[in-house]
Amino acid sequence: MTDLVLDPIMLGDDALLAAQRLAEWASRAPTMEEDVALANIALDQLGAARLFLSLAGDEDELAYRRDDLQFRNCQLVELPNGPARTDLDFGWTIAKLLFLSAAQRQTYEVLAADGGPLGEIAAKTVKESAYHLDHASLWTRRLGDGTPESHRRMTEAVQRLWAYTFDLTVDRVAWLGVIEPVLAEAGLARPADPDPKLGGRVGRHTEHLSYLLAEMQVLHRAHPGATW
Amino acid sequence: MVDVQAVAGAVLDPELRVVTIAELGILRSARVLPDQTVRVEITPTYAGCPAMDAIRDDIRSALAGVGHPEVEVVTVLSPPWSTDMITSSGRAALARAGIAPPSAGPVTLTLAPVCPRCGSGRTEEISRFGPTACQSIWRCTSCLEPFDHVRRF
Repeated sequence: MTDLVLDPIMLGDDALLAAQRLAEWASRAPTMEEDVALANIALDQLGAARLFLSLAGDEDELAYRRDDLQFRNCQLVELPNGPARTDLDFGWTIAKLLFLSAAQRQTYEVLAADGGPLGEIAAKTVKESAYHLDHASLWTRRLGDGTPESHRRMTEAVQRLWAYTFDLTVDRVAWLGVIEPVLAEAGLARPADPDPKLGGRVGRHTEHLSYLLAEMQVLHRAHPGATW
Repeated sequence: MVDVQAVAGAVLDPELRVVTIAELGILRSARVLPDQTVRVEITPTYAGCPAMDAIRDDIRSALAGVGHPEVEVVTVLSPPWSTDMITSSGRAALARAGIAPPSAGPVTLTLAPVCPRCGSGRTEEISRFGPTACQSIWRCTSCLEPFDHVRRF
């Protein structure tokens, strides 16, 4: 696992699918400001994905021509934006972003210190991840410490997504060191560790990835090389 | 002899059309190679900056206009762009356009930007994300005008 999460394909796939999921919020976020925020974060993730995938090969081939079994993202990023496939649940999305951005910031920091082509990209993207993490942390506190309804939904999101957080980073202790204080401040219980949902890094995915890829890849597969 | 660095550097940023890419710190270098190709190095502000394609095209057409049709635009990442790379003339141009520039130099705490309209320091953040990847939205509590801010990065 240690070397696995430092692979440009895995980093690129995490960012690419996170971008695709966040983009589903466009025009539907709870407020105008949040619509802009989620779209901007999606754009940052897409930018990171393009850099990482271009390092590994042809970005379009990798993004649009692989099947689900060939993707190496963690399962967290392929999950829908709510408990059910067609849900748009803001708290759920924020919990996903919190878990992912904490991992990305941490991994990018390690890579940036190592230098090399991967390190150059990481040095670029780490500052963006830090801002995403700030944003997700603020909302986690606001929702966790908000109304009974926001607290209930944030609690459910954290509890149900926790099993998907075990293959996000090489150093889970450091990741917990960021996440646990945020949950505590938000008045959210840190879940007991369930059986981890692993497999994304070796190409085993949930059925949600297939739906996501069908939508993301349909144009390119129908019209290879299409531009506008 | 055409100063290709000056010609490329004078290209306006497609999203903040009051500053040049030289003032924003996006242009890294431009030089004429022995075969007369101009090699230009640029760096993105944010990894996903959607303006990069437009900037590349604008550089090519600006250089073609001064007799250099062969242009190679290369994107470099290191060192990563930061708002410290915005020149003082770039900061002034942003402020004149009503966009609060980022604070210059090292700061150890988050400083609220000064209102670009009335100069008041009494401002508050409305949205952490703004119309482009590098901006946030603020409001002046003195003159009540909202304004964009190139956030420190």
